[in-house]
Amino acid sequence: MHEDKHWDIVIRPRRRWLDIDIKGVYQYRDLIWLLVKRYFTLIYRQTVLGPLWVLLQPLLTTTIFTVVFGTIAGLPTDGMPKFLFYMAGSILWQFFSGCLTSTSNTFISNRNLFGKVYFPRLCMPISTVVSQLLNFLVQFAVFVGLVAVYALQPGTAVKPNGALITLTPLLLLQLALLGLGFGIIVSALTTRYRDLAMLVGFGTHLWMYFSPVTYSSSMVSQRFPQWARLYQLNPITPIIDLFRAAWLGAGSASARYMGISAGLTLLVLFLGVMLFSHTEKTFMDTV
Amino acid sequence: MEDRVLEIDNVSKEYRLGQLNGRTLQADVASWFARLRGLEDPNSKIGADPARIRGETLMALRDVSLNVNRGDALAIVGRNGAGKSTLLKLISRITLPTRGEIRIRGKVASLLEIGTGFHPDLTGRDNIYLNGAILGMSRAETAARMKRIIEFSEIEPFIDTPVKRYSSGMYVKLAFAVAANLSPDILICDEVLAVGDLAFQQKCLSKMRDVAQEGRAVLYVSHNLRTVAELCNRGVFLDAGRLTCDGTVDRAIELYGGTGARDLDRDLNALPRPKRRGEAIRMHTMRITNTESIEYEMDGVMRFALEGTATISEPLLRLRVTLFGSLASPAAMTQSPPFEVRAGERFKIDIAMPLDGLSPGEYGMKLSLLALTPQGKSSYYDTVEDAGKFIISEDPAVNDGFRWSVRKWGNFRMNPLQLQSQEVLP
Repeated sequence: MHEDKHWDIVIRPRRRWLDIDIKGVYQYRDLIWLLVKRYFTLIYRQTVLGPLWVLLQPLLTTTIFTVVFGTIAGLPTDGMPKFLFYMAGSILWQFFSGCLTSTSNTFISNRNLFGKVYFPRLCMPISTVVSQLLNFLVQFAVFVGLVAVYALQPGTAVKPNGALITLTPLLLLQLALLGLGFGIIVSALTTRYRDLAMLVGFGTHLWMYFSPVTYSSSMVSQRFPQWARLYQLNPITPIIDLFRAAWLGAGSASARYMGISAGLTLLVLFLGVMLFSHTEKTFMDTV
Repeated sequence: MEDRVLEIDNVSKEYRLGQLNGRTLQADVASWFARLRGLEDPNSKIGADPARIRGETLMALRDVSLNVNRGDALAIVGRNGAGKSTLLKLISRITLPTRGEIRIRGKVASLLEIGTGFHPDLTGRDNIYLNGAILGMSRAETAARMKRIIEFSEIEPFIDTPVKRYSSGMYVKLAFAVAANLSPDILICDEVLAVGDLAFQQKCLSKMRDVAQEGRAVLYVSHNLRTVAELCNRGVFLDAGRLTCDGTVDRAIELYGGTGARDLDRDLNALPRPKRRGEAIRMHTMRITNTESIEYEMDGVMRFALEGTATISEPLLRLRVTLFGSLASPAAMTQSPPFEVRAGERFKIDIAMPLDGLSPGEYGMKLSLLALTPQGKSSYYDTVEDAGKFIISEDPAVNDGFRWSVRKWGNFRMNPLQLQSQEVLP
């Protein structure tokens, strides 16, 4: 029998589920960066406003939310300026749903490429998430600027919580991993069940309404106390709550549900990577 | 054995046939749950035994074993569907084998339909970086080779133009330049030279030869046997998923060229035909009459009798013989003057075929019955692609003592040049 150590690559029929090539992904890190670069080179090509769209998109969404949910429906915003309140929710949600939907078609939309050359397939969704994160950071910078403007005014209700703000990177990481996890689970399943691709757009939209994006979660606990506990099990809920508590000083987040959310994130991510790695090896035979 | 870069060990690959995406999530969950409880799968066909299930799969590769060393330029030849591409896909890790193991030392770069991963909106330079990264190079490694790649691609003035503005030739040149200059330990090429102009094809071939000479390995798949013969120093032949020959390129090419009969008596009736040939008029037997073996001397004559039947009348029928040389490409053609056949008759013709000018070697014969249309085209009644072989034996004396090299000189020996005068110049 040959010893594996003399060989760089040994290709065997798949046997184990936990065959995850993290080392390979690291070796291909330059590819991830180039893919991110490609994303930004290409996404705004032949548009009039170009990169301005990164800012326009959330600002427009926030304006719509403010008008529809804040002014017309008159939903409470925990005493916060409506625009800031909705902006926090909408940029976080767009970041999450962007990670989810744009990684969910990894196999289907790259099947021509995947069918011709090997590289760790995880590079694709990872680069997508990094691109989404960079997009988000631009929007986030504008948000921080607006928070500063509001917070410096006399008698303002906006009181950023310095201690909680330090948790922001962790929140963003958690949101990214959650989106990645769900996205690659869907991408792996869509190689066999194409219907799922149709459901993703609808599902994430529905999910948004079950998350405190267009309203505050304190409203849920006041009006529907019997559902409050279940509502907090949505892993997105405590993340958005904590983010608002940190940057606006509004509402609060429970450490317990935050912990559950983090646990769910790791579980989803683990399942996703496992399913994805399992699928990548032979999906060319099924697609 | 440090020279070994690739070992393929009893590898098989099985594909499921039929509708693959026809399963629903619900059916899969039900099957899985039943398996979990040790029950019979509710979705399996009733009475389906393993032997029958095997009938719904295709063995693309069966127990293939192969070792490749540094410096090997290995040709993989076989007909369509023999498993060549599957084998390359396994080596380049696009899919996994069903059984067996493949061991690789070093880096593999594959030219499976080159230009993979090129994005039309990126510039040539950006695409070089991206393509390099996809093939496993770091940015720094690609940057170090950038100059060489651009030089090789011959498209320097356009390197900062988006590749969507490239002609398809430029596109291929760039793609080949990237892959060939990454110095992989194993370079996989699948029909890459189909595009690009002749000069560039020659350049690619010599580049691939260099790769092998620099002590790396090249795996080459092509139906273009001329390039195969030119490039490779070793050949394997795949037949219906089995590796039936591992030896010289010539041997592999010979197997690919057809295993046509070497008998004197040939039953043409049983051989396959293209669509709608052999219906109105059909060849039945061919019998070689003037030799005990199938060998002929240079400039000899082959005599044979051909029997057939006609269900229609054709006053101007001809027999055409097309010869195929060792590279399975057409080498020569000759045909008979017209003769008449009548509806309902069995006919027999005796033919003498002069072999003047044919170089020594083995030839495959394709026989056709046809008539001339008013437009000067051929109207075929019957065609037998692989009607058998004959050999013209080498006789250096006929060629002023030189041994004939088919690879360099082709299949036709022209009449000697005539020396018309000679003088000594001051």
